[in-house]
Amino acid sequence: MTSTTQTSRPQAFPVNWPARLGWIALTLYALYAASTLDISWARLVRGIDQGATLLARMFPPNTAEDKLELIATGIFESLQIAVLATFFGILLSLPLGFAAARNLAPGWLSTAARGLIAVCRSFHPVIVSILFVKAVGFGALAGILALIVSTMGFVAKLFAEVVEELDPKPVEAVRATGASFLNVLVMAVMPQVMARFVGLTVYQFDSNLRNSTMVGIVGGGGIGAPLFTAYQRFDYDVVLTILLIIIALIMLCEFASARIRRVFQ
Amino acid sequence: MSAPRPMLAEPVLSVRALRKEYQPGKPVLKDISLDFAPEGVTAIIGPSGTGKSTLIRCINRLVDPTAGDILLKGENLARLTGRDLRNARRRIGMVFQEYNLVERLSVMENILSGRLGYVSPWRAFLRKFPQADIDRAFALLDAVGLGSDFATRRADKLSGGQRQRVGIARAIMQEPALILADEPTSSLDPKTSVEIMELMGEIAKTRAIPIIINIHNVELAKRYASRIVGMTGGNVVFDGPPEALEKHHLSEIYGGEDWQ
Repeated sequence: MTSTTQTSRPQAFPVNWPARLGWIALTLYALYAASTLDISWARLVRGIDQGATLLARMFPPNTAEDKLELIATGIFESLQIAVLATFFGILLSLPLGFAAARNLAPGWLSTAARGLIAVCRSFHPVIVSILFVKAVGFGALAGILALIVSTMGFVAKLFAEVVEELDPKPVEAVRATGASFLNVLVMAVMPQVMARFVGLTVYQFDSNLRNSTMVGIVGGGGIGAPLFTAYQRFDYDVVLTILLIIIALIMLCEFASARIRRVFQ
Repeated sequence: MSAPRPMLAEPVLSVRALRKEYQPGKPVLKDISLDFAPEGVTAIIGPSGTGKSTLIRCINRLVDPTAGDILLKGENLARLTGRDLRNARRRIGMVFQEYNLVERLSVMENILSGRLGYVSPWRAFLRKFPQADIDRAFALLDAVGLGSDFATRRADKLSGGQRQRVGIARAIMQEPALILADEPTSSLDPKTSVEIMELMGEIAKTRAIPIIINIHNVELAKRYASRIVGMTGGNVVFDGPPEALEKHHLSEIYGGEDWQ
């Protein structure tokens, strides 16, 4: 009697076979890929040797005045690119994100907005930079435009998801007062999502700052060009100076962003 | 079923043959017809899933009825769309089971939400509400028993009872012709439930706003309502004063007798 009831009972924690097979397949593929790409221990040791030589040639960082001046110009331009791209990027992301949210926008609009976001997300900022450099010429403008595109791709997509997760109850209550759609947006939706939006913005500024050092490599302005040039001329001490400044800048930004997020809790 | 109550005055709200089918052919509300006097508390009782909430939500069109008419002072809400519907909603206050306050906003902002049918989005964004509205919101804070110290507190810092008081203040802020309350005490402890019902009864009396309340608690309904509507399976099976509600009615509404 007891044995029959036990066999007929379902398992408490049934095995999720699709998930398990998925993990196994992923592991097997990773091993296979590593074997075809000639990734071996000997190769790694050889690489570390070269890395040590590189690090040795970097020290001490170059602090010659003319170099610093050049670096400062580049860094400030990068900073400007990041700030402008973030500002205009989030300005465009806000309406785009609302339009993409399926719980607020009609189907045709959210589909169109999602399509636009997908296009923005399709390419790495460097690829987009190359396009803009060809389109509007060398300089900061190309970098700014490229980063605006990537900002829209990232912030609008995640913001739309935030909006879709909002609590519908207060929205219903405000709608019940006879409020117009825009008033519902202002008083019931925005209070729920703005803190997350500020968080996304701050995160994206971080990301834009890092990417703004890179768009310069393809002619999009900023510190990227001097950095790339220094690499190619084997001026590794200059490279180190630039890298240290970038690290300091990113850390400063990290610190500031934590503060900003706390204010908007 | 008891005799229909005589209507003393022109009803503020007439529900006529109201039908709602979420899935075609499976009506949740089966041609409900009810008149509501422009005064007093009406309690709608009935088991869960019997359409009480749907009925309340059809009245202010948070849910669209499948058929039937909803006459608010003669205007048929069932036929309205867009701006006309929003203007009609301004005259109906609503109180919710889970309060439905905007958690991140202050108590004052939540109460002033009751005026959103009257201010532009730009003014709402800048919180430039008319001074008269702000004064009235402060007065309401006192009237619902919170006091003006609560004005700047964030809604998520309040207890359940305090939140429901804010919810009630938001509804009165609309200067409504009618207040709908969807299980306003179901999330509250027994003592707070009594206080909230007390407050609603007082509002109905002193401000002459008729209130329609969905409620699970039959005792509270009998104590605070002047009229009880019993629903089961999408039909009205009892309609009368609390004194007329007897055991066999309750058996008919809820089924069985053991629970009584």
